[in-house]
Amino acid sequence: MSFLEVLNAKGWYFLGRLLEGLPWTVASFVCSLAFALVFGLFVALLRLSPWRLLRIPAVTYIEFFRGTPALVQVFVIYFGLPDIGFQPSPFQAAVVGLGLNGAAYLSEIYRAGIEAIHRGQMEASLSLGMTPARAMRYIILPQAIRTMLPPMTNFAIVLLKDTAIIFAVGVSELMSNARELVTETLQSAVVYVMVGVIYLCMTIPMARIAARLERSKQAWQ
Amino acid sequence: MNPLLRIVDLHKRFVSLEVLSGIDLNVARGEKVSIIGPSGSGKTTLLRCINYLEKPSSGHIYIDGNLIGEKQTNGGYVHLSDRELAKERQEIGFVFQRFNLFPHLTALGNVTIAPQKVLGLSKDEAERRGREMLEKVGLSHKINEYPERLSGGQQQRVAIARVLAMQPKLMLFDEATSALDPELIGEVLRVMRQLAEEGSTMVIVTHEIQFAGEVSDRVVFMDQGRIVEQGPPRDVLLNPRQPRTREFLKHLQER
Repeated sequence: MSFLEVLNAKGWYFLGRLLEGLPWTVASFVCSLAFALVFGLFVALLRLSPWRLLRIPAVTYIEFFRGTPALVQVFVIYFGLPDIGFQPSPFQAAVVGLGLNGAAYLSEIYRAGIEAIHRGQMEASLSLGMTPARAMRYIILPQAIRTMLPPMTNFAIVLLKDTAIIFAVGVSELMSNARELVTETLQSAVVYVMVGVIYLCMTIPMARIAARLERSKQAWQ
Repeated sequence: MNPLLRIVDLHKRFVSLEVLSGIDLNVARGEKVSIIGPSGSGKTTLLRCINYLEKPSSGHIYIDGNLIGEKQTNGGYVHLSDRELAKERQEIGFVFQRFNLFPHLTALGNVTIAPQKVLGLSKDEAERRGREMLEKVGLSHKINEYPERLSGGQQQRVAIARVLAMQPKLMLFDEATSALDPELIGEVLRVMRQLAEEGSTMVIVTHEIQFAGEVSDRVVFMDQGRIVEQGPPRDVLLNPRQPRTREFLKHLQER
């Protein structure tokens, strides 16, 4: 049977089976993105601290988690933590692993965005009696968001695709359903092309939304 | 009477370069002091030290008798925490050469953010005060404009209104007109003159010698990190005692 014949005969069945995995893909994406956004900001602020004692752990963290594959990190969490008496679920291991990995990348995006804001902005805020933390929240970050948005969108798209690796610890997301389906039907070409299209259906709208956000933030520029 | 601002033996070194070499200066409540001098004389650094944007290498600064940026313990002097320092800075207004308005906020937003987030005023209260201050600097019609859409002179006037909204005890002006096109300088000087007439305490670093002569109670001439000469404007500007001051003023006239 040719590609199109298979698609015609089994397409809807394949799609149904694949989409059963979608909620896990979306859930692990959303949770690890949230984790990475919050933790990445924390790491970036440490990295920008005037105190070496705070900068060094931040730099070490970034080098370590950026320099090792996300899958290795997920494995260490899933298979390594039980040794010290804590057994995470596959989903927990996946979210924490992807989140820690993502935080290392995001912290560098935050840092570049914050450093791009002119020093005078911080000085003006301080001279008005703001603490550095308030200045960061009300003055620096709202401006930095604008420059950070494009690289952050890129990051989010990469992260969404990277959730495909977590089938390896047994989260039954899109990719894991695809592999099951291929084992059953041996139709690898059709199944994997369909998986690719499903990812595209998510990543393209994300890029569009980000482009719109970016334009709205430019109102004051 | 106690001076509002008292600077005692202030030194500032950047690595090996000494920018301030022992400055002593008192400013009384309501007094207007202009600081003039060649570039590199340390005027701007002195101003930045007063609100601790630069940490002095040694020496002390007092406002209303309170140490600025540090506190005395039985072991000596220690630097304040960010929170303590922020509290002290509320009383010191700083107007920058390059305005440093917040580009993501409107004129009114620029003027109301600190009263809201620092003084804890309600939004209504902060906006009432903000409108009043923008009216004072003649910009009632621009309250909803973003800085990008304002001229340099208008931006600097918003920056002054932003400082006024915090009701500081002392206002510092760091070459507030140096970044402006010549035709925009007048509107900013007018606002500063008005503040001076209302009795604000002001320390003004400036190259506008004529303006300094008109509004100041005292003119301070600085060179190479030291105060060379100070006194009433008619003495320092018209009959300077020090050769260095004469030379500087002569250069300005020849310009």
